[in-house]
Amino acid sequence: MTVARFWRKIPHRYNLIGTHCTTCGEYYFPPRQMCPTCRRDGKIESYQFEGKGEVITYTVIHTAAKGYDNQVPYNLAIIKLNEGPSLTGQVICEPEELEIGTRVRPVFRKLGEESEKGMIYYGTKFVVE
Amino acid sequence: MRDVAIIGTGCTKFGELWDRSLRDIFVEAGVSAIVDAGIQGEEIDGLYMGNMSGGRFVEQEHVGSLIADYSGLASELHVPSTRVEAACASGGLALRQGILAVASGYADIIVAAGGEKMTDVDLDTATDALAAAADREWEGIMGATFPGLYAMIARLHMHKYGTTSEQLAAVSVKNHHNGTMNPIAQFRNEITIDTVLRSNMVAEPLHMFDCSPISDGAAAVVLAPADVAKKYTDTPVYVKATTQASSPISLHDRADITTLDASVVAGQRAYKMAGLTPDDIDLVEVHDCFTIAEICAIEDLGFFKKGDGGRASEDGETAIGSRMPVNTSGGLKACGHPVGATGIKQAVVITEQLRGTAGKSQVDGAGIGMTHNVGGSGGTAVVHIFSRDR
Amino acid sequence: MKVGIVSYGVYIPRYRIKLEDIAAVWGADAASIKKGLKVNEKSVPDLDEDAITIAVEAARSAVRRGNIDTSRVGAIYTGSESHPYAVKPTSTIVAAAIGAEPVLTAADFEFACKAGTAAIQTCMGLVVSGMIDIGVAIGSDVSQGAPGDALEYTAAAGGAAYVIGSSDLAAIIEDTYSFTTDTPDFWRREGMLYPEHGGRFTGDPGYFKHVTAAANGLMEKIGSKPSDYDYAVFHQPNGKFPERVAGMLGFTNEQIKPGLVVPMLGNTYSGSCMIGLAAILDQAKEGDRIFMTAFGSGAGSDAFSITVTDKIEDIRNGAPKVHELLADPIYLDYANYAKHKGKIRV
Repeated sequence: MTVARFWRKIPHRYNLIGTHCTTCGEYYFPPRQMCPTCRRDGKIESYQFEGKGEVITYTVIHTAAKGYDNQVPYNLAIIKLNEGPSLTGQVICEPEELEIGTRVRPVFRKLGEESEKGMIYYGTKFVVE
Repeated sequence: MRDVAIIGTGCTKFGELWDRSLRDIFVEAGVSAIVDAGIQGEEIDGLYMGNMSGGRFVEQEHVGSLIADYSGLASELHVPSTRVEAACASGGLALRQGILAVASGYADIIVAAGGEKMTDVDLDTATDALAAAADREWEGIMGATFPGLYAMIARLHMHKYGTTSEQLAAVSVKNHHNGTMNPIAQFRNEITIDTVLRSNMVAEPLHMFDCSPISDGAAAVVLAPADVAKKYTDTPVYVKATTQASSPISLHDRADITTLDASVVAGQRAYKMAGLTPDDIDLVEVHDCFTIAEICAIEDLGFFKKGDGGRASEDGETAIGSRMPVNTSGGLKACGHPVGATGIKQAVVITEQLRGTAGKSQVDGAGIGMTHNVGGSGGTAVVHIFSRDR
Repeated sequence: MKVGIVSYGVYIPRYRIKLEDIAAVWGADAASIKKGLKVNEKSVPDLDEDAITIAVEAARSAVRRGNIDTSRVGAIYTGSESHPYAVKPTSTIVAAAIGAEPVLTAADFEFACKAGTAAIQTCMGLVVSGMIDIGVAIGSDVSQGAPGDALEYTAAAGGAAYVIGSSDLAAIIEDTYSFTTDTPDFWRREGMLYPEHGGRFTGDPGYFKHVTAAANGLMEKIGSKPSDYDYAVFHQPNGKFPERVAGMLGFTNEQIKPGLVVPMLGNTYSGSCMIGLAAILDQAKEGDRIFMTAFGSGAGSDAFSITVTDKIEDIRNGAPKVHELLADPIYLDYANYAKHKGKIRV
């Protein structure tokens, strides 16, 4: 991922800044500038999510995505944040600790790096609360 | 708006085609279809090419132009050629675009083809290219892989409905069995439930044998107005419905993770367009990129109740000879999944079945068939219904 | 103007390796090494942790504990000898991650194990001069010891962050005094993976000379003596050096015990003293006096005299305490430890 592409998303990746449609009240993370319910009628403002939520489904990945080979096996989950929206993220814990319904909180970790001499990508992963 | 028919089909073998390039396989499939339809190049009004990622696999974009050129249709005939992309639904969408062109009256004879050349890159690169069908910024960067996304669907499906690993495996066993009867299939070997369960875990709970392979291959169909189809062939196959639906690209934004709304809506739109119900469908080719995908598909298309797809598969209710034969070709799992080709191959298979030329895998009395092609984890679904009788 | 600690935060990774498991690989006598170093196990970073993630977690912990309005932060300095980038500051990433952007000054510090306390001194100066309202000083490391080298037994991972200001102080820093000379006792060249050191030279001409000079210098300057203090914390490269220097200065083992974290943590380099101080703040009461002297190879010592206020009770429970972070570790064998520390290059 190039420098500009990563940099643009830093507030969202580091601090879980998403959006809130004040017209219909929905919360969005990942952020959306166009509310699917209200579309152009939706008034959108920034919103910082606390990052706490619940695992609604998960898997343990053994065949890694490119760049994640040395972390195998890793836990990937869909997490429903307390405020409503769901996101995809890694949960750092022993496989036995992870179940549908496990409550999690956010931590600041390395997501990956472009290469040994390239940029390091930081962002949010989750641990069991 | 006019009715449309398929008047010819062609398909390459699916598998690791080391000695054939992207253009080789497309041209082979296209020429086969044109010969089957008995038409000349001069009669072709347009080409639609389904291809997900010529760029990542063989560093080639502008695939529409490339294939028109190497089919001999660009230098003198200057046939219009359009590349269509919707990830793994590229083929189904190319078919739909072709049908719309003929239905609208803007074109008479259209060739709709699909192809993918996936084995020229290493496995890591191929997997990463496929991952572009998900949301790179919010799923990919978190380490999500395609097996990983479908594994999360499987986990929740098991949790909500009691679906078991054995039931997932049964889908793969059935598709491999069907593959033994398909001369172009990548895998033509029988397997057992045990084979699946003992294969390496890719993303829990999906094993290697729950996942469709990396493949090369291409397929093509020739489309014509229904009114003139019988000039070309005694056995035209009529398009009763062509539909498409979108849904959020990311799995985490779906209303129900175990239901691909795009499949449900495309299916409902297709039944409505054709004036039919699921009971009227004699056989279906669904998008089994993973075993759980077939289970969700047969539920989402209305053949079985939500949550019952696993049991139905285990109980043989989707085998050839049952009330709802699914993936008589072997599906994506056994026939192979050259991404852009699949949607067109599905139409080829249904055409053969409706013509009565499907050989060992023939479904007796097949009169109405359906194809179901999905992009990514369900961001796009394309559904077609075909019938033997007008 | 008074200056001191408004809040503090610590982060320690969950993984550990026992010294026996390191000794076994190199055919060394574990019992004798453990006895000589007075260290039992050390912390190990996770595969996706580094000095930046640790600095962020420590800073976030300090912000949470003190309920800090981060728009007030006028400076962030992070000291480390394992900054992931040789060029591109850790401190700006911390600034983004705690919402302190963009009106602030920032830079990264390096002075071996005392880079964090140097950052504290700098923030003190900026606060006292009125240049900033509050500053954040962080010491964070995922220190490396060459495989088979003596340092491998103690080089650990962890960090601490201190919010320095002039009001709502949980602890007042009465004064600070430093002693700095050009002494090459331990170094790492640009581009090299592991540090070099002068063996026994790191002792008397290094650690002991500078720590005693700074400590005595401070006590002479402010007219205090060891018995005036309830707690003392010295840089902890192992469990032996702090005990010995305490004895040399006239402090007792009882005074240093609460802040002695190295036996179950190892040497967190820039985090060492600062985590030790946090362990003391986790239990100190109003009016308690704390004496801290850090040491960084190269070489220098920063000494601080600190008095705890009643405000410590208001903030103490707002974030995990050191003993909570030390509890519930996950043990690794040497192979996985090596993988985590990047000693196995993929």
